[in-house]
Amino acid sequence: MSYPIRRLLVFPLVMFGVSVFVFVAIRLVPGDAITAMLGTESGLLTPVQREALTVYFGLDQSWAVQFWRWLTGVMQGDLGISTTFGKPVLSVILQHFPLTLELAVLSMLVALAIGLPAGIYAATRQDSFADLAIRVVAMIGQSTPGFVVGLLLIFVLSVGFGILPQMGTFVPFSEDPLRNLGQMILPALTLGTAFAAAVIRISRSAMLDILREDYVRTARSKGMPRGRVVWRHALPNALIPVVTLSGVEFGYLLGGAVLIEQIFALPGLGRVVLDAILQRDYALVQGSVLFIAFNFMVVNLLVDLAYAALDPRIRFESK
Amino acid sequence: MPTQHLTHASGLNRNDPFAERCCATLFGLALVAAFTLAAVLAEFGLTPYDPLGQDRIARLQAPSVAHLFGTDLFGRDVLSRLMLGISQSFTVSFLAVGAASLVGTVLGLASAWFGGFWDGAIMRLMDVLLAFPAILLALLIIAIVGPSGLTSILAIAIVYTPIFTRVVRGPALSLKQREFVDAARTFGSSRRYIMTQHLALNLVAPLTVQITLALAWALVTEAGLSFLGLGTQPPYASLGLMLADARNLMELAPWLLWIPAIGLMFAVLGFNLLGDALRDILDPKTRRALA
Repeated sequence: MSYPIRRLLVFPLVMFGVSVFVFVAIRLVPGDAITAMLGTESGLLTPVQREALTVYFGLDQSWAVQFWRWLTGVMQGDLGISTTFGKPVLSVILQHFPLTLELAVLSMLVALAIGLPAGIYAATRQDSFADLAIRVVAMIGQSTPGFVVGLLLIFVLSVGFGILPQMGTFVPFSEDPLRNLGQMILPALTLGTAFAAAVIRISRSAMLDILREDYVRTARSKGMPRGRVVWRHALPNALIPVVTLSGVEFGYLLGGAVLIEQIFALPGLGRVVLDAILQRDYALVQGSVLFIAFNFMVVNLLVDLAYAALDPRIRFESK
Repeated sequence: MPTQHLTHASGLNRNDPFAERCCATLFGLALVAAFTLAAVLAEFGLTPYDPLGQDRIARLQAPSVAHLFGTDLFGRDVLSRLMLGISQSFTVSFLAVGAASLVGTVLGLASAWFGGFWDGAIMRLMDVLLAFPAILLALLIIAIVGPSGLTSILAIAIVYTPIFTRVVRGPALSLKQREFVDAARTFGSSRRYIMTQHLALNLVAPLTVQITLALAWALVTEAGLSFLGLGTQPPYASLGLMLADARNLMELAPWLLWIPAIGLMFAVLGFNLLGDALRDILDPKTRRALA
C-alpha cells in the first residue's frame, strides 16, 4: 500500500481517537458533568433542576451511549452551547477562528520573507563572517520563545520609540483592512521572527546538502553561472524541507498562538480556549480543542501528502 | 588535508567546523552548568536575599551593588527570585522530561518488542496525543487537573511522551533484528534482560540527545504555562511568572522584563547548543565529517 493511501486511511482512525480522548478528558474533570457543563452557574441550580438536566442531557446513560450521541452531534456541527458566550460553540469558534488564521498566514509570510533569503545567502557563503552571523542570530532566535520576543518588541517600541501597539477593539480585515493590518503587524512579526530562525537553519542546511550534489557540480563545471545554478537547480530542491517545516509550523500556529494572542489582546481562537479554561466553560474547551486538533491533523496530512508528491523517494521507500 | 583546514588569511581559522563546534559546545555546557548551579543554590536556600521576603521600602529599585538585578514591586530581590525561578523551572522541566523519557522508552520498547496488536495500539495512542499542538494539550490537561506546578509536570510529561516513544521504537525495531539479540535469545536470556541490557543500552545515544533538546522545549512550555497563570503559582517564582509580573511595569522597571527574558533565553540556548553538540558527537556520520 502506498504511503499517501496508508496515511489517508489512518487519518479517520486517529481523528476518532482524538474525539474519544477529548470526550473522556472532559469527563475526568472533578465534580459532576452538570458542573463541568455549566461551570460556576451550576451552583444556582436546585437538586430537582439538576436531576432534570441530567436526564435531559442523557447524563444518566452509559459513557458509550453518551459518546455516540455526542459524536453524532459533532458530525452535524452541534458542539454544544458555550456558557460564557451563551451561543452555540461552533458559532463562537467560527467567529474567532478567522483572526487566528490571518495571524498564522501573516506570521508564515514574515518567517519565509526573513528566513529563506537569509538561509540561502548563508549557504552560498558558507563559513564566511555573514554565514557565522546569520547562524548565531538563528540559534539565538530559536532559543527565544515567541512570547518573550513579543514582550521585548512591545518594550522596544513603547519605551524606545514611543509607539504603542494598537491594542484597542479588534477590527476585522473585512471592515477596515489598513487598521486590521496595523493591529496584526506586531503579533505577526513576533511569531514570524521566532519561526524565521527555524526556516534559516533548515533552508541553509538543505541548500548546503544540495550544493554538494553531483548534478550541481556538473552544472557548474559545464560553465553555468553560480547564481543560475542556485536559483534553477539548487533552490527548488532545497525548498522541499522548508515546505514541510512551514506546513507543520502552520498547523501549530493555528492552535498554538495562545500566548501571542494573550500578549497582544487579540480575540483569536487560542485566547478563547484559554478564557474557556479559566471560566470553566467545558463545552467550549471541548469543542475548540477538537476543532483545533482537527485543523492541525488536516494540515499535517496535507503536508505529508505534499511531501510525498514533492519527493518521490518517500513513495518508493514506503512500498 | 582539505584546504578548509588551512589557516585563514585573517589569521583566524574561520573554516574549521570542529573548532567552531567545540566553542559552541563549551558555551552551551557553561550555560547549563551555570544555570544548574544557580538552581541548586536556590534549592538549598543559598540566595542573596529571601526570594519571597517583601521589603516595601525597597520597592522597584534599579540594579545596584545592594541588589545586583534590582528589586520588584514588592521589594523582593530580583536576583534571588531569578535563582528561585530557575530552580522551579528546572525542577518542573527535569521531572517532566524524566517522566516522559522513562514512560516513552518503556512504551517504545514494548511497541517494538511485542509488535502486532500492542505496537498498533501504543502507536495509535501516541498518534492521538501528537494530534494536538503541545501547548493546547498541556492546556487541556491543566483544564482537567487544575493549575499548579505539579500539573505542569504532568502536562509537559504527557506532551513529550509520544516523541520519546517514537525516538525509541524506530531504532529498537532495527536492533531487534540484529545478530546479538538473536544470540542472546539462543542463550536463553530473559525478555526483560534483552530489553534492558541489549535494546535500552544501545538507545542511550539517541535518548541523550532527545532528552537534552526536550529540556529546552520543556523550559519554554513551563515558562509559557506560568506566564498564562496556569503553571507555578505566586508567591513562588518561575521565569514565566516573572515575565508575566513584568508586563505592566516594563516602562517603570525594565530590568524586571529583561532579566528573566535573558535568563530564559540563555537557559534554552544552553540546552539547544548542548543537544546539537551531542547529536553531532553521537551521530557517526557528523562525527566523521567533523574529524
